[in-house]
Amino acid sequence: MTSLTETDHGAASREEGARQVRAVPRWRRGLRPYLLIVPALLLTGGILYPFGLGLYYTLFDFSASKPQPDMVGFENYRTVFTQEAFWNSAWVTVLYAVGAAAVETVLGVAVALLLHRSSLIGRVLEKILILPLMIAPVIAAIIWKLMLQPSVGVINHLLKPFGLGGVQWTDTPTGALLSSIAVDVWVYTPFVAILALAGLRSLPTSPFEAAAVDGAGWWYTFRRLTLPMLWPYVLVAVIFRFMDSLKVFDIIYALTEGGPGDSTVVLQIRAYLEAIRFQRYSFGISYTIVLWAVVYLAAMVLVRYLGRLQNRAAEVSK
Amino acid sequence: MDMHVHDRRRFLALAAAAATAPLLTACGAGFGGDDKKNDGSAAADVTGSFDWKREKGKTVKALLNKHPYTDALIADLKSFTEKTGIKVEYDVFPEDNYFDKLTVDLSSGRASYDVFMLGAYMVWQYGPPGWLEDLGPWMRNSSATGDEWDQADFFPNLLQADQWSLKAGAPLGQGGQYALPWGWETNVVAYNTEVFKKLGLKPAESFDELREVASVIKKKAPDAGFDGMYGIAVRGSRSWATIHPGFMTMYARNGLKDFTVTDGKLKPAMNTPEASAFTQDWAGMVKQGGPPSWTSYTWYQCSSDLGAKKAGMLFDADTAAYFQAVKGASPASGKIAFHPGPKGPDGSLATNMWIWSLGMNAKSKKKSAAWLFLQWATGKEHLRKGAITYNHIDPVRKSISQDGAYKDKMRHLEGFIDTFEAVVDQTKIQFTPQAQFFDATTSWASALQEIYGGKNAESVLNGLASDLATKVS
Repeated sequence: MTSLTETDHGAASREEGARQVRAVPRWRRGLRPYLLIVPALLLTGGILYPFGLGLYYTLFDFSASKPQPDMVGFENYRTVFTQEAFWNSAWVTVLYAVGAAAVETVLGVAVALLLHRSSLIGRVLEKILILPLMIAPVIAAIIWKLMLQPSVGVINHLLKPFGLGGVQWTDTPTGALLSSIAVDVWVYTPFVAILALAGLRSLPTSPFEAAAVDGAGWWYTFRRLTLPMLWPYVLVAVIFRFMDSLKVFDIIYALTEGGPGDSTVVLQIRAYLEAIRFQRYSFGISYTIVLWAVVYLAAMVLVRYLGRLQNRAAEVSK
Repeated sequence: MDMHVHDRRRFLALAAAAATAPLLTACGAGFGGDDKKNDGSAAADVTGSFDWKREKGKTVKALLNKHPYTDALIADLKSFTEKTGIKVEYDVFPEDNYFDKLTVDLSSGRASYDVFMLGAYMVWQYGPPGWLEDLGPWMRNSSATGDEWDQADFFPNLLQADQWSLKAGAPLGQGGQYALPWGWETNVVAYNTEVFKKLGLKPAESFDELREVASVIKKKAPDAGFDGMYGIAVRGSRSWATIHPGFMTMYARNGLKDFTVTDGKLKPAMNTPEASAFTQDWAGMVKQGGPPSWTSYTWYQCSSDLGAKKAGMLFDADTAAYFQAVKGASPASGKIAFHPGPKGPDGSLATNMWIWSLGMNAKSKKKSAAWLFLQWATGKEHLRKGAITYNHIDPVRKSISQDGAYKDKMRHLEGFIDTFEAVVDQTKIQFTPQAQFFDATTSWASALQEIYGGKNAESVLNGLASDLATKVS
């Protein structure tokens, strides 16, 4: 009797549960998965809509002097690729991005290695190191512009005792490009250092202990152990910095405005001048679309390489 | 199950279509252009007798550039509100990004600002797309414009500088009045009297002399007690603003043109042998007697170097020197004198000018109130107060330039009034009006930097001319 009652009770609760499930109409249950993807759809739409619109505009001859434009197909792209100015800007952009990313990687890893050795100075430096990242790049560029000023800037003042007080940092094409890279390095090396430091701290200790027991020197350990194990972390930093440097605008514009001549007119500055200053909207957007394609391809190659590295590391650790 | 999958697919297809639909609709809407074309001016709606209180209770929004002239306007705004009952709200931006802000705002087709400051060159860019209200009908309507505004009192070359037919290459002074002159600047030489006296120099009367004097100052001034002084401050940044003051003035005095116009077609002329030789000499002058880091020089640096006794001369806007010359403004104040600058080979004092003008947004919803504001801001009463009480110098009105109180105020600045009077009639816009002005002059500044860096002027300018030929044709 008791068991019967329990069985009845169990059946009743199952029935109750089933009633509750049934209480949510089937169409609502069916709608749930779609509701869940709504934020993702909105986000994707928010990204794709302006992008698609921009892409669409590049097919027209649209400028302030032609507010009702004609469809010109791929004419804007043809003009971009046949312009000497474009190839000059593309070359400057690549030089800048490779130069900045390379120097930042080497310096960032070096700084991380120094900070990894726990000491009071290291801990203090760690706090100071992050300061440039807290300054907007455009402000950093203005500060550096003042410091690099030949007659009143502090850099030439400091170099004066060494007989180098008259350097005109941004007045020559090479000087302007190197100065811009230097500011980028000043701002972003800490970013690479922080990522590399996080990587160093996550490495297993046993291979290093074994190497120490075998009497391996610092350089050998760095080359054969530290760097290969750290490389995936470094590569993440390189990907970020390389992509960001390809898209640079603020630092160069505030420091040199693209000059002297066209020596520091990177693709972003060219796009800004065309679209905003000269109001050739379609043509300016074409520049940004080309830049987007370059960044996309570069990122794809680097990310694939990173993926292969991570797979290899996963196989090694199995 | 299959049905479920099919539903999801259909849903995704519908969602994609829904996302694409507004995109296509927006694209088809015609790039944000205005749909309703109205050729009739809103000025025709103003009838009856003229009344300052006509738009009482309204608010006008103004976009302003940070400038001493703006400071004078803001300081006197209370008078406008008392006179009209109209409130003025304003935003002020520094010059570095002022024009970008204005361009983006106007091109958006909104009426965020009813009135704004602009230069005459901007009329060539903002006029053709229809962003500027033609003020001609307002000026001609006696119901909208009071008698005391007195159009004939403006220097005619200033009023004409803001008039254009919107056709590339067509001369100024014809067509619509797209802005009103409000404050202007003429380009002259200002010099440090102390260093000139000590080195026994006289203001240059020819371009060759100017180059010589600049070079002598750079060589000799530091040993004569002027530590770090160089010869001549001129602009050098990679911007259109580098071309229009001293460079274009001297260029025009040498009888040179930026473009030639044949049958309404523009042809770049900055690469003629004479223009190439002049440009090479100008770059040489900067190299021999100009500032270090010249390629980053804007008028701010030029002006402050003259005031800080770093520059022996300044070839730029007279106002750039004036703000350093007034009592207590800088270490060089009281020791700055003015001179019209070198004459051309034929004695020409042709001078390029800059006009701070005031314009009205063609999309403004408060055009009548905005016009009252423009009328007041360019009227005798405010401009006289600006010139005498504040630093709104270089009057756009003849009556103020002849006003005793104004002359008394400017008299203590050595050579200012004489210089102003020597160049005023020959000062006009020396450029050829065309919509690609900013591209042409930015590229020209870039070419000038390359020549300064050692490249051959002829080949650089030939490259510039061939690039511009396709853009302006």
